[in-house]
Amino acid sequence: MNTLRYLLVGFIFGIVLTKSEAVSWYRIYEMFQFQSFHMYGIIMVSIVTGVIGIQIIKRKKIKDIRGLPIEILDKEPGSTRFWIGGIIFGLGWALVGACPGPIFILLGAGFIPVIFVLFGALFGTFLYGILKDKLPH
Amino acid sequence: MDFIFQTWPWYVSGFLIGMIMLSLIYFGKAFGMSSNLSTLCSMTGIGKRVSFFDFDWKAKRWNLIVVLGAMFGGFVATHFMNDSSIVAINPKTIAQLAQLGIDAPNGKLLPDVLFSIESLQSPKIIFILTIGGVLIGFGTRYAGGCTSGHAISGLSNFQIKSLKAVIGFFIRGLIMTHFILPLLF
Repeated sequence: MNTLRYLLVGFIFGIVLTKSEAVSWYRIYEMFQFQSFHMYGIIMVSIVTGVIGIQIIKRKKIKDIRGLPIEILDKEPGSTRFWIGGIIFGLGWALVGACPGPIFILLGAGFIPVIFVLFGALFGTFLYGILKDKLPH
Repeated sequence: MDFIFQTWPWYVSGFLIGMIMLSLIYFGKAFGMSSNLSTLCSMTGIGKRVSFFDFDWKAKRWNLIVVLGAMFGGFVATHFMNDSSIVAINPKTIAQLAQLGIDAPNGKLLPDVLFSIESLQSPKIIFILTIGGVLIGFGTRYAGGCTSGHAISGLSNFQIKSLKAVIGFFIRGLIMTHFILPLLF
């Protein structure tokens, strides 16, 4: 039952990201060239939807599916990490036109070369795990 | 019914992505795709040597199931829900890409130059794809999240840290698109 729930959310996510073309290298390139509102519209509307939803959850103290209070954790502390990490990710994002979600979605869609992006991303994650204590956060 | 096969408008897509994040919150979880990369690393047992990966990956299994669903969704949408009108990007963008030698979309999600099977004959392309992946994996973990975790989950919850990360994504994305991509192609 639980498995089905997550499978369904993922399934819809995969369809929406494909049909909105947020998985498209072209759309990311076009976004960074400021030549279309499409991607900005998607990101803004999803944030507005999220803000409204989270405010409703917090004000009405809505319980989650198990009846427990919903707690939305703050992001980890730090400052440097957000700037530098963000900048490094942005480079990769614009280069291969995919963030982590789309890497998996595109692989599922059958774009074989994306497997190299996934291997790279796993290696990059591993590299961070090794270097973590030596990096400024 | 044509609208299903065309590009979904930004207001529909954005709303649905917001709702996906909210459903995961309702399930008592958080929306974030890049943490799956850590989970996959942890599954290899590397946690014994690298403490960063020493966590109970089984607790994160739900997110891998989301990913599995997303892969299946991507398959269905790409093969059964697309017509030739998709990826109608700005003609100016197409002209710029042509100058770089990158093929126009013509109903494709991804350029053949980078993502066709033939493109794998070029070591340069394999190198670009792999390096791009390394930057994504390293950068998202360093920043503690990607587009879903920071831009959408974080900003929806008014996290200033997420705003820093998102500005970071953008600065570098702009540099890449405007200055580095033209050098590579």
